Amino acid sequence: MRRAVLLGLAMFTLAAPQILTATCHAADSINPQADFKAFRKYFTERFTNVPLNDFVNGPYSMDAGLRKQWLEIDAFPPYQFALDKGKEMFNTPFKNGKTYGDCFPNKGIGVRQDYPYFDTKSGEVITLDVALNQCREANGEKPFDYSKDDMAALTAYMAYTSRGKRFDIKIPDDPRALAAYEKGEEYFYTRRGQLNFSCASCHVQNPGGHLRTEVLAPALGIVAAMPIYRSEWGGMGTISRRFTSCNSQVRATPLKPEDELYRDVEYYLSYMSNGLPISGPGARP
Amino acid sequence: MASTIRMRAIANGETTEVQALVQHPMDSGFVKDSKGNLIPPHYIEVLEFQHAGKTVFTAFWGPAVAKDPYVKFSFKGAQKGDDLIISWVDNKGQSDSVVGKIQ
Repeated sequence: MRRAVLLGLAMFTLAAPQILTATCHAADSINPQADFKAFRKYFTERFTNVPLNDFVNGPYSMDAGLRKQWLEIDAFPPYQFALDKGKEMFNTPFKNGKTYGDCFPNKGIGVRQDYPYFDTKSGEVITLDVALNQCREANGEKPFDYSKDDMAALTAYMAYTSRGKRFDIKIPDDPRALAAYEKGEEYFYTRRGQLNFSCASCHVQNPGGHLRTEVLAPALGIVAAMPIYRSEWGGMGTISRRFTSCNSQVRATPLKPEDELYRDVEYYLSYMSNGLPISGPGARP
Repeated sequence: MASTIRMRAIANGETTEVQALVQHPMDSGFVKDSKGNLIPPHYIEVLEFQHAGKTVFTAFWGPAVAKDPYVKFSFKGAQKGDDLIISWVDNKGQSDSVVGKIQ
């Protein structure tokens, strides 16, 4: 563990100039476009031999051996059962006869890349998971747990129908949208927990590095593969599950799944991934 | 309920390559749940592949095999379009089987 921390510090020193440029923009005034450019530049210049569209494959874009295993696994993906279940759930009408498709543009097929979006009516970031539960409640059904099982199966199917479509996250001309973006960015770069790690400590400063046996995924495109089947979990998990377990791993107290701040982080990360293809559902070690 | 077995068998000249994924908790009996109670053992004991009335592959599995297990093997003597029967039985006597076509 000490070695990992020291390595982290060393990496931080190396990466510091780029990080500073990325956050300096934000400090002057909130400028998502400049952030986006700096963020993209940082990753593409650091990993010159990784094709841009490959960042969505997380650790597999970083490690050749892991990639080989994954290609073998992906011929018979472990998320297949969840995907089949999600498809069945998606096409089964609620008690009132309506379906999930009725709540979404294009009947919910191929729309994953537009989420999360900023809802100017409620003044909040709405993720796909939240939209699905809102849809359930509007039709008199109980909301699902945000972490796994049913929610993961549904989002897996919706991501699957959107594979290859490129993230198209918009920040509307609304000060509340910019504030949400900024809060998400701040959360992402703020250190927390007993280990004093920020999200960025691992996923910006150290992608491709190891955390024990695991290869860290780059923050660029990290949300494109969600939801994921993780062998470590022995099952499917949503973005919420990823956020809460990341927080516990650095020994911080996780927020509630789909907490406003988590949604802001997803908004920030998805905006940073604009133009990258949806690759979910994914399989991760 | 949907089948617990997903299979793909591809005839490639002489040999047929078979891949299968089985949905099963494969509880070892040594793991506790969040309340501290032991989760009783529940695992597949026998997995069998049959082609033309003959068993071509048998796996004696046990508590050490991971959840939702995957298996891959190849055998000789099958043609494209033949049936391949896959079945499993677990320690609780539950079972499932599926008939797949060799592609």
